[in-house]
Amino acid sequence: MNIMDALLSQYIDAYYLHIMVLIGINIILALGLNITTGVTGQLSMGHAGFMSIGAYTAAILSIHMGLPFWGSLLGGATAAAGFGFLLGLPTLRLEGDYLAMITIGFAEIIRVFFLNFEPGGKALGLSGIPEHTTFSVVWMIAIVVIVLNVKLLHSRIGRSFYAIRENEIAAEAAGINTTRLKVLSFMVGAFLAGLGGGLYAHYMTYIAPQDFGFMKSIEFLNMVVLGGMGSIPGTILGTVVLTLAPEMLRIVAEYRLLFYGAMLVILMIFRPNGLLGDVRWYDIKKRWFSKEVKTWES
Amino acid sequence: MFIEQLVNGLTLGSTYALIALGYTMVYGIIQLINFAHGEIYMFGAFAGLLLVSVFGLNIFVALIGAMVFCMFLGMLIERIAYRPIRGKSSRLSALISAIGVSIFLSTLMALIRGTNTTRYPEIMKIHTYHLGSLDLSSLQIIILVVSALLMVGLQLLIQKTRIGKAMRACSQDLEAASLMGINANRVISYTFAIGSALAAAGGVMVGVYYNAVWPYMGTMAGLKAFAAAVLGGIGSIPGAMIGGLTLGVLEILGVAYLSSSYKDAIAFGILILVLILRPQGIMGKKITKKV
Repeated sequence: MNIMDALLSQYIDAYYLHIMVLIGINIILALGLNITTGVTGQLSMGHAGFMSIGAYTAAILSIHMGLPFWGSLLGGATAAAGFGFLLGLPTLRLEGDYLAMITIGFAEIIRVFFLNFEPGGKALGLSGIPEHTTFSVVWMIAIVVIVLNVKLLHSRIGRSFYAIRENEIAAEAAGINTTRLKVLSFMVGAFLAGLGGGLYAHYMTYIAPQDFGFMKSIEFLNMVVLGGMGSIPGTILGTVVLTLAPEMLRIVAEYRLLFYGAMLVILMIFRPNGLLGDVRWYDIKKRWFSKEVKTWES
Repeated sequence: MFIEQLVNGLTLGSTYALIALGYTMVYGIIQLINFAHGEIYMFGAFAGLLLVSVFGLNIFVALIGAMVFCMFLGMLIERIAYRPIRGKSSRLSALISAIGVSIFLSTLMALIRGTNTTRYPEIMKIHTYHLGSLDLSSLQIIILVVSALLMVGLQLLIQKTRIGKAMRACSQDLEAASLMGINANRVISYTFAIGSALAAAGGVMVGVYYNAVWPYMGTMAGLKAFAAAVLGGIGSIPGAMIGGLTLGVLEILGVAYLSSSYKDAIAFGILILVLILRPQGIMGKKITKKV
């Protein structure tokens, strides 16, 4: 893999490589939120909280425990999944916007915790994290995550997730253990967030609590909703668009966020279901591979 | 000491309540979390600052001016960013649109005024009254009285007037209300106007009380106010008032007796506890799910 990275950095500009690494990390994170919010329909606005747990855990495991990269990544992701389990429990009683509020509160509490967390460097943040995340590592993991996501969503569990989103009572009546699956969807989402967080920490080599604020959670929610809720290609497209947008908008310098905000409104007005939200892949496939011979209408 | 902290908490809480009312009213009618609401509050604070410092107006006139300005701002936002989406897709799309508006507005103000905090000019002599061991500043009294007046006024508007009746009808069932000849679009527009005006009042008073306004003040205040609205039971107007006051008092007491570095965590921690014990909020109605 080192050879591949060396080759890539020879032929591709460092800036583009940087953006592509960021896209890869964001795809992993956004696919996690897609499972919780897009597929299962449990509105989570605290994704950055899980990301920060993964990032800090992995960084501390790397620095203080001397664990190898893969070990600390896995450790971070598992810790995040554990918190995902805890946060999933209230979903048994709460729904909709009350749940959203709990997730916001959770992420804020985590942020304040890290602001006062001695081993994490408090408000100054944690620096000196070994740099392990490279282009090929990120994209290898991202591709594995995408493939596993497709597998998961086409499995019995994935279809149960969709069923819960569409109608929880009907899903329960059809014999789906909604309690267990809702908690599971939170855990899977948190696991991927923790994984992305660990990769992020080992890429930036420096993390601070303000990297994982409320606006970060909102960014991931934007990616999922903008691309099309519950659709994997949609989420990936949304992630690419929203990671590239701030970079492309650098030409307009300080007006960047102004355009970004306006872009969100305009995209929602013209594509209210997300970019790929109402694209039906089945129909496209059928049309594309259709053997029927069409003649001109006379 | 305790009473003094209680008064501080009530002062902070009444501003939370004013912002929370806007969240809860909009939510009650179109089930949208209006994330741009915190930014309307910020614009209100800046509008008040402009009127006081540039035009040299009396603070109460400036308060009313800021409220009127934000009324139109709120209606404009609803017209541009929410109405085209309404009814076409899920609530989440409207939520993203609201987030877009919020980013747009806070960046706009940061471009106009810079990201530093601005101080309010000295608007009046602040007296401190000593009632036994209690120190009470005239500013706190004004904030408490103005918020109380605004909340009573809102209750009268909702309960006694024609438009209030229309709002209550729309919050029960938007579709049925429009079948009964209520112009639902207009009612929604008025709801945004009233909610935004209340947020502006909150913004001006917070600006005067803490003597600082800055372009990103709306984010945390908006989150806290949303928390207050949810705490009280979202959609319920008395709930937002009680939720705001409760949150303000508990936050100040938590800072005073526990730890100040966990200030923001305390508010959200309380919220999570309350919601786990009482999922529909303090005043919220329990909704039975029907098939």
